[in-house]
Amino acid sequence: MRTLIYLAIGILFGITMFKSEAASWFRIYEMFKFESFHMYGIIGSALVIGIVMVQLIKRFDIKSFYGEKIVFNPKNKSFSRYMYGGIIFGLGWALAGACPGPMFTLVGAGYLPILVVIVFAILGTFLYGLLKDKLPH
Amino acid sequence: MDLLFTPWPWYVGGPVIALIMFLLLMVGKNFGMSSNLRTLCTICGAGNKADFFKFDWRSQRWNLVVVTGAIIGGFLASQFLSLDISVNINPETVKDLNSLGFESAGKAYLPTELFDNSVFTDMKNLVVLAIGGLLVGFGARYAGGCTSGHAISGLSDLQVPSLIAVIGFFIGGLVMIYLVFPLIF
Repeated sequence: MRTLIYLAIGILFGITMFKSEAASWFRIYEMFKFESFHMYGIIGSALVIGIVMVQLIKRFDIKSFYGEKIVFNPKNKSFSRYMYGGIIFGLGWALAGACPGPMFTLVGAGYLPILVVIVFAILGTFLYGLLKDKLPH
Repeated sequence: MDLLFTPWPWYVGGPVIALIMFLLLMVGKNFGMSSNLRTLCTICGAGNKADFFKFDWRSQRWNLVVVTGAIIGGFLASQFLSLDISVNINPETVKDLNSLGFESAGKAYLPTELFDNSVFTDMKNLVVLAIGGLLVGFGARYAGGCTSGHAISGLSDLQVPSLIAVIGFFIGGLVMIYLVFPLIF
């Protein structure tokens, strides 16, 4: 049952990524050129609603559908890992025009070359795992 | 009905993403897609090479199911919920992309120069895709999250680390487009 819920959420996510064009390389390029409000509108409106939502959940101690407490894990305090990691991610995001969610949506949409991006993204993750202890965090 | 077949404006896409985050929170999970890349490494046996991959990947099974849904969603949206998938970007952006050699700008969903199957015999653009993927995978794990984990989930919880990461995303993206693109395209 829970598996079906996760699958349904994923399907909604995939449809949204494709239909909102957040999975389009062109939209990402246009965003970094500051030539359209589209991507800023998507991320911005999701964020405004998200902030209100998280505040309400915390303020009123709203429980999950299963009656459990909803926990938000604070991320470790640091500057370098977020800045360096963020810059590296941004370079790739602009080049491949896809982030880790939309990448998979594009497989479903039938763009086979995106598989190259996914295989190398997995390889990049592996590379990070190997070098982790040598990098500033 | 129109909304089902035409591209969604930002004020539909954004709120639905917020709804997805809400649903995941309500089933006790956190929205974050790049973790799946780590899980896939672990499934492939990366735990033998680095401790970072030593964890019970079954605890992340739910997220692999979400990502499987994302694949199915992409199939459904492109096959049954779209009439014209060309992305109507700013004419200025089209002009700009044309001058870089992207003739498909404004006429397709993805640049055919990079995402048509002919790229498999085009060494240069194949390398572009590979390096793009490598940077995304490496950077997302180094930063501890991607667009969903930091820009949506993390910022929604007003996390300073996520703000730093998102600023980093933009520095990287701008450097790529303004400084690197003119050199490679």
